[in-house]
Amino acid sequence: MLNLDTKMKLDFVCISDNMDMGTADSLRHIHQKIKTDVLVLSCDLITDVDLYKVVDLFRTHDASLSMLMKKAHEPTEGVPGQKGKKKPVEQRDFIGVDDTGKRLLFMANEADLDEELVIKRSILQKHPRMHIRTGLMDAHLYCLKKYVVDFLVENRTITSLRSELIPHLVRKQFSSPASLQQGLDNKEEDQKKKEQASLDIYSFIKEDNSLLKPAPDNSCWNDQRGDMNETLHEGKVRCYVHIMKEGLCYRVNTLGLYIEANRQVPKLLLNLGLEESLVHGSAQITDRGMIGSDSIIGSSTQIGEKTSIKHSIIGSMCTIKDRVKITNCIIMNSVTIEEGCCLQGSVICHNAVIEKGADIKDCLIGSDQRLEAKAKHVNEVIVGTEQLMEI
Amino acid sequence: MPAILAVVKRLPEHVQVDDPAAQRKLAKKLERQQVPLRQDYGTKVNLFSHLHQYSRKKPLTQQMSIPSTVIHPAVMRLGLQYSQGIINGSNARCIALLEVFKQLIRDYSTPPNEELSRDLVAKLKPHISFLNQCRPLSASMGNAIKFLKKEISCLPDTLREDEAKEKLQDVIDKYLREKIVLAAEAISRSAFEKINDHDVILVYGCRSLGVLGRARSRGRRPVQGRSWCDRACVSPQVSKVLLGAHALLANGSVMSRVGTSQIALVSKAYNVPVLVCCETYKFCERVQTDSFVSNELDDPDDLIVLRKGQAQLGGWAENKSLRLLNLVYDVTPPDLVDLVITDLGMIPCTSVPVVLRVKNVDQ
Repeated sequence: MLNLDTKMKLDFVCISDNMDMGTADSLRHIHQKIKTDVLVLSCDLITDVDLYKVVDLFRTHDASLSMLMKKAHEPTEGVPGQKGKKKPVEQRDFIGVDDTGKRLLFMANEADLDEELVIKRSILQKHPRMHIRTGLMDAHLYCLKKYVVDFLVENRTITSLRSELIPHLVRKQFSSPASLQQGLDNKEEDQKKKEQASLDIYSFIKEDNSLLKPAPDNSCWNDQRGDMNETLHEGKVRCYVHIMKEGLCYRVNTLGLYIEANRQVPKLLLNLGLEESLVHGSAQITDRGMIGSDSIIGSSTQIGEKTSIKHSIIGSMCTIKDRVKITNCIIMNSVTIEEGCCLQGSVICHNAVIEKGADIKDCLIGSDQRLEAKAKHVNEVIVGTEQLMEI
Repeated sequence: MPAILAVVKRLPEHVQVDDPAAQRKLAKKLERQQVPLRQDYGTKVNLFSHLHQYSRKKPLTQQMSIPSTVIHPAVMRLGLQYSQGIINGSNARCIALLEVFKQLIRDYSTPPNEELSRDLVAKLKPHISFLNQCRPLSASMGNAIKFLKKEISCLPDTLREDEAKEKLQDVIDKYLREKIVLAAEAISRSAFEKINDHDVILVYGCRSLGVLGRARSRGRRPVQGRSWCDRACVSPQVSKVLLGAHALLANGSVMSRVGTSQIALVSKAYNVPVLVCCETYKFCERVQTDSFVSNELDDPDDLIVLRKGQAQLGGWAENKSLRLLNLVYDVTPPDLVDLVITDLGMIPCTSVPVVLRVKNVDQ
């Protein structure tokens, strides 16, 4: 539901299909448009987080990075098309935060670790207590300083924000700038290190951050209750995270999460007490009573007699004939469902047609597909050949 | 008989929180400036219900758009750092404020048909209101703002914009250097002269590390003050007390961190000399005789302390007869203070009005 009162000037930049761009590459592509600190969002994020909480961490601590995370959901129901109770291979993320739960100290993925978790001594010296958490989902919402974008532009080896840039920044908090390490090396190594030094993020941090300038003298003026102690005495790279406790936060980048998010949204809308009802005004429904209270019906959709719809989301311009039973489904726009069908736990994409009497359970029907009459499908994925996707 | 014209000074808004008319006026002013009004939090102790009480968990940014169209990002950051208690202490707050003003001036450009000397002051007003809403301005910040506004309005019209901006940057740098940094240097040197061998010095609210550093190097023992109970126990052994000040008022009273007046009282009882270190830029024309009328209430939740895993006052808001009071300042009367060490030398408390008069004449 787009709140049409928000005034935002949108500037679309398209990336052609044949360019294989990661998230960092995309940011690099538009870096000329970025003149200040930037908020990077993934378009598959659905959340009701108070954005000021993430941005305030970024502002208050003059952080290089501030991000959003939430405890990951266990999917409550099975995913259509998934054969058996196969649990996806867990690639756990280990996230280390300090006592306040806001400062990000450590981040590593299980795939990058051998058997042990290695924590640098410099981290523990400054933060003796660290809480390590797994099972946190990264919302892919990042506040980045301008100099991080500049660093990314120069450092072309980084292709992905999440898997490369963010862990790099988290590690850099506790390592000294490369230039300081040069001291005793011999000449050949000096050359190599000089090239590397120019790619070190510290060289991108502008020196005109005047709050830090009078710092050594300033430490005597400060009542060192707050975090400024850190800001003054620690390195210049600081990473913070806001971990949501309650509320909605879904990254719908897998089918399972997409379905889960769809299930949760009607409840959320009811809680928000929006004036628009879940059933659109232009929908023509013969038997209102058979529509469940948490189902959403889109505009111009026609629903026939004796058709029951429970816990489902139906898009706009659909035609659903009589005596159809729809439970726990997600039906997109312009779908036609003929009489007598029974659909359960399925996802039907745009423009699909399901002929009379079909019985569909836990399936994924791709767009433009046509299912013949009295078809029976359980736990299948029916898509066109050009629409193959990962579940 | 000559008629005596009485000048009625209006009470500032921040001590009239329980007066609805004053609050309405404030709300109107903030609305005009497009700065949100920060809501008070929690029930207050009756004696202090005329003061604001804010919660750190409800920052002003909750009501503002991201990014803000009205407030400069550097000022947003500063306001957050004040309200979250990250920048604390009157010198630190003043230094940070002036640095941010320098940035504001750098980023400012005079609109067409406007004079920099008038327009810049007008542009600063919403930012100052915003900072005030984040945390009430300290006396040092107030003086610095007064100084800056005067400098801006006195700019000659003949200057080009970039020349004017550069002049302002220089003026601010000079103020920072002379009134704060060098003043601290001067104070620590003077204080050092007053410290003798085998002295036991009690320090409270005074962060002049220069003094402590030198004291340590000559084998003297400074004792850091934390709570007044410690002071009562330690006093028989203490030979001198060094206090810091947030502001020095026109009647010679010292406004400082809460607990200062208790230490001064106890020291007087034991006949221990009390020395106050204060830069002249913190001298105020205000007069205060008590700690009630003009003060600041900190977040009451700060008093919820974890002891053995239990938050002792955790549910204070539910208990209707329980109020928490977290005062920030208190006022020490001049007769409890023996000497004030300033960058102009060592003066008695009663000489503060003289210094103020001389400062005004100079300007």
